[in-house]
Amino acid sequence: MSTTGTYLIRGAAVLGAEPADIRIENGVITAVAPGLPVPGDAQLIEAEGLIALPGMVDLHTHLREPGREDAETVETGTRAAALGGFTAVHAMANSMPVADTAGVVEQVLSLGERAGWVDVRPVGAVTVGLAGEKLAELGAMADSRARVRVFSDDGKCVWDPVLMRRALEYVKAFDGVIAQHAQEPRLTEGAQMNEGEVSAVLGLAGWPAVAEESIIARDVLLARHTGSRLHVCHVSTAGSVEILRWAKELGIRVTAEVTPHHLLLTDELVRTYDPVYKVNPPLRTAADVQAVRLGLADGTIDIVGTDHAPHPSEHKEGEWAGAAMGMTGLETALSVVQHAMIDTGLMDWAGFARVTSRTPALIGQLPDQGRPIAAGEPANVILVNPTASRRVDPSKMATKGRNSPFAGLDLPGGVEAVFYAGHPTVLNGRLNTPHPAASKEF
Amino acid sequence: MRHLLSTADLSHRDALAILDTAEQMAAVGEREVKKLPALRGRTVVNLFFEDSTRTRISFEAAAKRLSADVINFSAKGSSVSKGESLKDTAQTLAAMGADAVVIRHGSSGAPARLASSGWIDAAVLNAGDGTHEHPTQALLDAFTMRRHWARLHGTESTGTDLAGMKVLIAGDVLHSRVARSDLWLLRTLGAEVTLVAPPTLLPFGVGSWPCTVSYDLDDALAARPDAVMMLRVQGERMDSAFFPSVREYSRRWGLDDVRLDRLDTLGLKDTIIMHPGPMNRGLEISARAADSPRSTVLDQVRNGVSVRMASLYLLLSGENSTDRTAQEQKR
Repeated sequence: MSTTGTYLIRGAAVLGAEPADIRIENGVITAVAPGLPVPGDAQLIEAEGLIALPGMVDLHTHLREPGREDAETVETGTRAAALGGFTAVHAMANSMPVADTAGVVEQVLSLGERAGWVDVRPVGAVTVGLAGEKLAELGAMADSRARVRVFSDDGKCVWDPVLMRRALEYVKAFDGVIAQHAQEPRLTEGAQMNEGEVSAVLGLAGWPAVAEESIIARDVLLARHTGSRLHVCHVSTAGSVEILRWAKELGIRVTAEVTPHHLLLTDELVRTYDPVYKVNPPLRTAADVQAVRLGLADGTIDIVGTDHAPHPSEHKEGEWAGAAMGMTGLETALSVVQHAMIDTGLMDWAGFARVTSRTPALIGQLPDQGRPIAAGEPANVILVNPTASRRVDPSKMATKGRNSPFAGLDLPGGVEAVFYAGHPTVLNGRLNTPHPAASKEF
Repeated sequence: MRHLLSTADLSHRDALAILDTAEQMAAVGEREVKKLPALRGRTVVNLFFEDSTRTRISFEAAAKRLSADVINFSAKGSSVSKGESLKDTAQTLAAMGADAVVIRHGSSGAPARLASSGWIDAAVLNAGDGTHEHPTQALLDAFTMRRHWARLHGTESTGTDLAGMKVLIAGDVLHSRVARSDLWLLRTLGAEVTLVAPPTLLPFGVGSWPCTVSYDLDDALAARPDAVMMLRVQGERMDSAFFPSVREYSRRWGLDDVRLDRLDTLGLKDTIIMHPGPMNRGLEISARAADSPRSTVLDQVRNGVSVRMASLYLLLSGENSTDRTAQEQKR
């Protein structure tokens, strides 16, 4: 590893506890204690009033490259990630071509290394072309330089129960995990929004909660039967939380994720017919929002995943049914989770670190991420100002996507600095420079 | 009133203003020269992304009777993948100087997008969007019911509403923009509404709607409705397992000859039979019911021109356009 220099962070509240100084030298945390001396060559970072957290790890990011570079590139998406407080993201497989071969996942890995803003961990497709018919070469992706451990057809459900069973069994060979997009396809043909009182009035085809819950129920039973690891993407309904709670009580090896938008927004917003609120799974009811918040707080839901899904504006400004599904989320995740979970008293900053860093790193098997802030640990550390407030303005974001459903909202929390493998990618709330190990040329 | 997008956001006052104005417009339709100069020099665009000859010619007749210039813009295939986007179409119409856009679109909410997007400054009239709303159909239905209700009470219809009237709406409520628009408007005007449909053709969440819901047409008829509105049922719904067969649907939920005769048995001599058209004779309504003296189907068509004249007139002239000018000056 190249030299990343020496930094002394002064007076940061580690995980929101008592203030301490943090010394970072060449990519490693070398001391955490109050009143550390400032080494002569150190850059001093004043962090009074700031909270130090492990760099956030997103298990669910759409970077769009290769194929849809008009929507996002690895470069722009990882800049957005860094600004949002992330030091690692998992790039979902639904690129064009689909990340279903060792070649594509290695390409995505290389693009991430070249950009140098965060660790980019490619997710491999479960089935060839996300078509749900034939297993992709999961072993080849696992053995590739990208060392893929998370496999997902996200955007599409691995609906065929036999295929899902085989996938769950097969990835045991390299301790992989299948991340399921739980959506029963027949129950959601043409679905446009949550099926409920609002869809009834708006005349938009409903996406019923049961279409998510029935797949989760089936999959946890398959995971029990096979003894495999299952991860459930973007849990959105109260019923799903109940099923997961039951599964965990039985000791089934299932983890689950919730998006920031499902922690805050409801289907009432669809009354505007503004496609910025169109997402899959759809925004649900206030009761569902409350259930996923409580599920995240009590550990039934393990992590927050952004499902960052940038789209070009022409796919988000027409009539609702013709618009694309998805929302950006990398640059608002911390603020939304603070607003929904911490400022409501449901969770503290240590809990925040658990759901945004430690557990997603465990699920994704990233040994250098999600670690404690302690001497000897890799220096993936962020500094957060919890008293900051800002009005969300998508036009000022680093992502190419302008489709933020939080546009115009006043949200708390600001990412002041991000140390990625010992290098400050973000300082004073602004992008600094990519990690010096990044190779800008192949 | 800047646009006419939905009956859900139509106040009692605005609804009566449209219906009362429509009465005056109806009088014009009975004159030898069926034309007013009210909208001379104004341009009304009929923007139809979905085929609907009946609604389009009704709006066209309404605009022409008010002396507006009418442009018919048939734009099938609205999605980005198929070609021109809603935005480009709207901006094209704005550049042509459209004062009002009458839009029919297969996607729920498309008129609302047009009205709120800032792409075009024209008044937007929803001529039916997806399975959301069809407000001028509801207004013509209410106009037809109001004339009937007023006649029964021996009064002029102008200025009155539908307080106390019992309306039964039967058929494919799930996919019906007419049912939604009718329900909101009829409730605003004081009528009581019962929806009758197979459980598969009622929206999830119908329990929160301000109406009675029944699965049994005979029970609902026995509750002595003053108007019975039969909704069109599309045979292709059968392929999606909404009901087992067209014949079973017709037996259970159709206004057949037996049920038509039962209206007489029940002593409901003043109950009218309505249908928004086009009808599937022999499916949701028997030919004898459609052609009976109770049927108001052709009155509805006639009244459609009057309420559309009233809607265009109120949106493009009178107090509303004054409001609009004031708003523009503020900007």
